[in-house]
Amino acid sequence: MSIAEQPLSGDLRAEIRALAQAEPHPRGASVAALRLVQAHMGWISTPHLNEVADVLGMSAADLDGIATYFNLLFRRPVGRHVIMLCDSVSCWIMGRERLCAHLCRTLDIQPGQTTADDAITFLPIVCLGHCDHAPAMLVDDTLYGDVDTPTLDHLIDTLREPPP
Amino acid sequence: MSHAERPLTAMIDPVAGPPDCAAYERAGGWQATRTALRTLAPAEVVDIVTRSRLRGRGGAGFGTGQKWSFVPREPASERCKYLIANADEMEPGTFKDRWLMEGNPLQLVEGMLLAAYAIQAGHGIIFLRGEYHLARTRLHDAIAQARHGGWLGQDILGSGFSFDIHVHVSAGRYICGEETALLTALEGRRATPRSKPPFPQTGGLWGAPSVVNNVETLSNLPHIIANGPEWFAGLGIGPDGGTKIYGVSGRVRRPGAWELPIGTPLREIIEEHAGGMQPGYGLRALLPGGASTAFVDDTALDMAMDYASVEKAGSRLGTGMAIILDDRTCPVGMLRNLEHFFAQESCGWCTPCRDGLPWVERLLDAIEAGTGMAEDIDQLDRHARMLGTPGHTFCAHAPGAMAPLASGLKLFARDFADHIAGRGCPLRHAA
Repeated sequence: MSIAEQPLSGDLRAEIRALAQAEPHPRGASVAALRLVQAHMGWISTPHLNEVADVLGMSAADLDGIATYFNLLFRRPVGRHVIMLCDSVSCWIMGRERLCAHLCRTLDIQPGQTTADDAITFLPIVCLGHCDHAPAMLVDDTLYGDVDTPTLDHLIDTLREPPP
Repeated sequence: MSHAERPLTAMIDPVAGPPDCAAYERAGGWQATRTALRTLAPAEVVDIVTRSRLRGRGGAGFGTGQKWSFVPREPASERCKYLIANADEMEPGTFKDRWLMEGNPLQLVEGMLLAAYAIQAGHGIIFLRGEYHLARTRLHDAIAQARHGGWLGQDILGSGFSFDIHVHVSAGRYICGEETALLTALEGRRATPRSKPPFPQTGGLWGAPSVVNNVETLSNLPHIIANGPEWFAGLGIGPDGGTKIYGVSGRVRRPGAWELPIGTPLREIIEEHAGGMQPGYGLRALLPGGASTAFVDDTALDMAMDYASVEKAGSRLGTGMAIILDDRTCPVGMLRNLEHFFAQESCGWCTPCRDGLPWVERLLDAIEAGTGMAEDIDQLDRHARMLGTPGHTFCAHAPGAMAPLASGLKLFARDFADHIAGRGCPLRHAA
């Protein structure tokens, strides 16, 4: 059974319950609870979504409406690392299209896809608030500015190293 | 420039990192909180902020004191109220709130405390966009320090006033920056804007009176209370009070952000602070205050960057962060990029916005790709008028999206015609 199908741990369910109790209404914890699941599992599988809905006292459809609304909540598996390349206006002016093409070529995927070795998912993202260092990108939790192709190549090599 | 003239950023040191609670206090922090909680009634704080002429720095420019004045006056102990910091900075071209939160998070904490005291809100929430990881870490750290120092929690400074702050880490979507959509998101629903009335000040989060203020707006408050409203009003060059964080991105020599007197001329910001255009590039036009503001060309360079002057020039001050279109970048391509953003970020609630913006994007796509027709310009023009008129859509998202398009159709008419006649982009953005 894959991790996406295994039940959430008791600890995780307790954490979600605590988040719900801290809100005037449990549904106020929807995004925080889904983020928590994603932080542990990498993404939000349907069995996990159903469990969270259960803890929050919501229907699964209702919660899925939220999960699919927010672009940083993943309802499909992602790679071990996520590269988000800004596609907003300042980065576009500063040449992000060229970087996007380079990434697609090097990773052999299109934006929205994951590499065959499950190492990297490549997504477009709206303005990252780093426009004075455009083009900008976010790799997992780290913000990069003044990105060029050598930076990308070096980074991809690092990200592709197999997990310990 | 002296310390006193750039209060918002004086304590920001990118090398040393944000000041801790002790350093913040040594540099004058918490002085305003002592003054307010010990010597001022909440209504007096509202009055001081009104007289300072502080206007909202998130884009709409509503008077901060006036916004607060609609909140019911009961003490925090008697009625649940919320003070929310809008830290969902996502306007393309805007990078000021991240600077303030990463550089001096305690300043935001103190600003929130003062705002909460003024409206007598016991609950504070920072609505932070999910991509701002460093800001999140630093805000959590600052809040923990403030709690430890007794600046947050029960009975602050023995005043009887209690207040604490929770950080809500969001998960994307530009529309969450719209204050009623933000409240809806906090309630665990799809972030659709609400109709007003009721206004958030009377019926906001979970139906309770709520105020949503931008990070930069809130960060000004400690300085206004510590130095007085006349001092703050005097910092501005024109009719508005205070300093403003201005920024420039695009092909300039020194892209960046600077705290300057509000009302600083656009030319000074671009030529002196941003160092002018990069060699080989000329200035074609610019969006003065983020993606949802109308283009102005170089004839507007001498305008003062205050709310009224930018409006007089046909645009909006917005976030005060300018995006430069240079003479080697295709204006049609830039508009296509902008409208892609707005189409993608429409919340989908109302039909004109949900269906109209993707249509605009497709027309621009076609024109840029060389399959556009002359009638497409009329179609774009109709959309710009229909969607650009407030009241035709549920919120300000579509009018914001149409601001660069309507102005761009006029300013770049020749480029549009060339694209259609020449069956494609003569500039092919590939630099």
